[in-house]
Amino acid sequence: MSDPGAAPAAVTPAEGTPAAPLLDVDGLTVRLPIEGIHRPVLRDVSFSLRPGEAFGLVGESGSGKSMTARAIDRLLPPGAEVTGSIRFDGRDVSSLAGAALRQYRGQVAMIFQDPRAHTNPVRRIGDFMTEALRTNMSVPASQARARAVDMLGQVGIEDGERRLRQYPHQLSGGMLQRVMIAAALLTQPRLLLADEPTTALDVTTQAEVMAILDDLRREFGLTMLFITHDLELAAAICDRTAVMYAGQIVEIRRSSLLHDDPLHPYTAALAGARPDIGQTAHRLRAIPGRPLSAFEAPQDECAFAPRCPHARDICLAAVPELVEIGGGLSRCARTQELRGKLQVSADA
Amino acid sequence: MPETAAAGAPAPDTNGTAALEVAGLRKEFGPLVAVDDVSFGIPEAGSLAIVGESGSGKTTIARMIVGLERPTTGTITACGHDRSRPPRSARDRRRRGREVQIVFQDPYTSLDPRQSAEATIDEVLRLHHGWPAGRRRARIAELIDLVGLDQRQARALPRALSGGQRQRVAIARALAAEPRILILDESVAALDVSIQAQVLNLLADIRDSTRVSYILISHDLAVVRQLTDQAIVLHRGKVVERGPTARVLDDPQDPYTQRLRASVPRPGWKPRRRALAGAGEEPGIP
Amino acid sequence: MSAAVPVAVRSTTRGVRAVGMLRATGPAGIASAIVIAVAIFMAVFGTLLAPYDPITPNLSLAWVGPVGGHLLGYDFEGRDVLSRLIVGARTSMLGPLAVVIGSMTAGTLLAVTAAWRGGALDAFISSGLDVLFAFPGILLAVLAAAVFGAGLVAAAIALSIAYMPYVARVLRGAALKERSQPYVAALEVQGASSTSICLRHLIPNVMPLIVAQATILFGYAMVDLAAISFLGLGVQPPEPNWGVMISENQDGIPQGYPLPALAACVCIVVVVIAFNILGERLFEQAMGAPR
Repeated sequence: MSDPGAAPAAVTPAEGTPAAPLLDVDGLTVRLPIEGIHRPVLRDVSFSLRPGEAFGLVGESGSGKSMTARAIDRLLPPGAEVTGSIRFDGRDVSSLAGAALRQYRGQVAMIFQDPRAHTNPVRRIGDFMTEALRTNMSVPASQARARAVDMLGQVGIEDGERRLRQYPHQLSGGMLQRVMIAAALLTQPRLLLADEPTTALDVTTQAEVMAILDDLRREFGLTMLFITHDLELAAAICDRTAVMYAGQIVEIRRSSLLHDDPLHPYTAALAGARPDIGQTAHRLRAIPGRPLSAFEAPQDECAFAPRCPHARDICLAAVPELVEIGGGLSRCARTQELRGKLQVSADA
Repeated sequence: MPETAAAGAPAPDTNGTAALEVAGLRKEFGPLVAVDDVSFGIPEAGSLAIVGESGSGKTTIARMIVGLERPTTGTITACGHDRSRPPRSARDRRRRGREVQIVFQDPYTSLDPRQSAEATIDEVLRLHHGWPAGRRRARIAELIDLVGLDQRQARALPRALSGGQRQRVAIARALAAEPRILILDESVAALDVSIQAQVLNLLADIRDSTRVSYILISHDLAVVRQLTDQAIVLHRGKVVERGPTARVLDDPQDPYTQRLRASVPRPGWKPRRRALAGAGEEPGIP
Repeated sequence: MSAAVPVAVRSTTRGVRAVGMLRATGPAGIASAIVIAVAIFMAVFGTLLAPYDPITPNLSLAWVGPVGGHLLGYDFEGRDVLSRLIVGARTSMLGPLAVVIGSMTAGTLLAVTAAWRGGALDAFISSGLDVLFAFPGILLAVLAAAVFGAGLVAAAIALSIAYMPYVARVLRGAALKERSQPYVAALEVQGASSTSICLRHLIPNVMPLIVAQATILFGYAMVDLAAISFLGLGVQPPEPNWGVMISENQDGIPQGYPLPALAACVCIVVVVIAFNILGERLFEQAMGAPR
């Protein structure tokens, strides 16, 4: 199957592409107060999303992937210090306030990992789904409900009228997540931020929900930022995928190439650490140490160097820059010489 | 010859006495049948995966085996002793603790937040053995080392440890009782991928050195493949397929197992919607 | 899900932890703690600190205002008010202490037993406590006085019984939550006895809540006991007690000598507020504690 979605085949960053990026994150650095002291959680994060593109953001604990989504949606915790820029449709997001901010939020929808934590248990599904339409977009209640029922049908919930009258606890996790997706799409957003939307779901439900997300994204021409810890899952529905480690982007690559031709040792290590469903290895290729947050990792050298099997002196000299190579971007100081030697081999 | 999907037939012992034998297990919660006529066995040093999604009954089975839940009918025999009914005495209870142990899923709530790893393991040792302090200290050091922690981490409170480190403490605590059977209830599901790999390697090492039998409860088929020899697949409380793990995953016979296998993301995988909405969803709530 | 923040291994000694908890209650909490400390100090060393004889009456000095070394003047029987206040701290603090110890112990035991065993026993205990809820503390104290005669002991026991359901209700919820944690299940699987799990793990983990609850309860007990003593059913004169002092000096207010009664009032109010503030701050900490 050829490269899916509206995105063109090239994976070079925003400069030089035909369409202007819908979302442009440039040099985003976020510091949060942790135990009283401001510490970095995101360091110099830069990437662009073209309209209609599905972009994956993959990382482990402390990588900053969720924080990135929150920064985009202006949901950072109080006391956060933000430098760098986030531009949506050319407009700087951090300067928005009041009505402009509400309008922006109407264009950017977010789906969270745990739908139950983000729904009010004492309000009916119908109320919750139509709230944004009724209050922010002045849609009359009956029309809002009709659109809600229609959208529920799109996500595979047939008896929408009945579901609108139910409460969240009456729906299973998978159903509720479908409802969340439907609710997110009701306001006709242009950008969808999905933060681990299927992590808490059973694997068969996950497959179903992923299919729904993929279908609807294409149908509505949505741009999607898909956050997950699962490299293979991102590869399945995202055109390009960025890998994050310790608050930095370490690789951006076309998803189909990520597994076979990784550019950064961390990507290769992450793919190699997963057990293979097709065979039993004697032992897995574990990465020594543990994933670090931005503030725990060394600040003046490659953040991954302490755990990297390919680290050399050059890696300890300075923080490596994100460089273009082979149609992708890599933040490895030795990316040129390691090219082609990082792929996950099939032998046990 | 491929195993059939006969629900009642227990897996044949491959070598010697069974460490654990479960027959006709059934659990009802009021009108809901969570576990329906489940039977299986594990030999010594064997490993069995219980695969299923939410609502399959896999966690209920684990809880019944360790005594946190009582079976409605059916028998559970571990190390030759029946444990289908509640223990009759404190000695009985402790003895069962030395036969089967469990490591839970959530590293953040499976340790007493006020106890260091050392104190936790010490308490278990004092429960099962009348050893003097010196011997206990030595054993604690052995166990800490076995699970890959250092002295500083052993003395720290859980809140100073990461998820992976806490899970190692939980494993050490379980091993302190020197069980014949260790149940791993989604024990690596909440861990980062790179940490998961470390803990899976650790579990493999432990099995090689102590010959403990594992029961791995998991929805993650790749983890199941890595750690177990035999597998049973549960769907809505019933066993729908059983056999060697490799065969069950490479050549599933039951439609549900096939669907499970087909839902796993891998390079080249494209999710597809099924025709019926809501069909096959796990039974609602809570 | 957060990566572990690099903290030095925190001190596990109880003293250091207690000081930390206190500091976290903020300036209001610390000020309250100081007030309480002063009150306790007076309760313990009162008889040594009182400048004048608090018991012997001298009617010729009745209602005399502040003069010389008598900062608060004389009461209705010519005794130094300040001295009576200082010595009176003892019974004023001791009574509530007894009530708190009684109600917290009984309430906690019932709550933990109900939460641990669940089922019919829990239903039985909860229903029994529901019945007790219906009785206001003061009413029970009046009943006790009628049956056993007036005095601090009877009043304290009556209040302990009346407060028990409040303690049990709060603790039962916390105990249920703790009981459902996997670490408790892990101990059960190890074969530890219910008693040892409850005493060594469950209760210590709800201890912050217990301490907070006890502190809040102390304030309420103080008010109730003051009221009971005011009614003449608690501490008996000539024993100094803040509640009794309000009662016996109340005639002075319309006559233009409000100081003795008001001084006793202020003592009660200040100490009760201090206990309330500290208790609520500790309660917030207990509920918001990170794991």
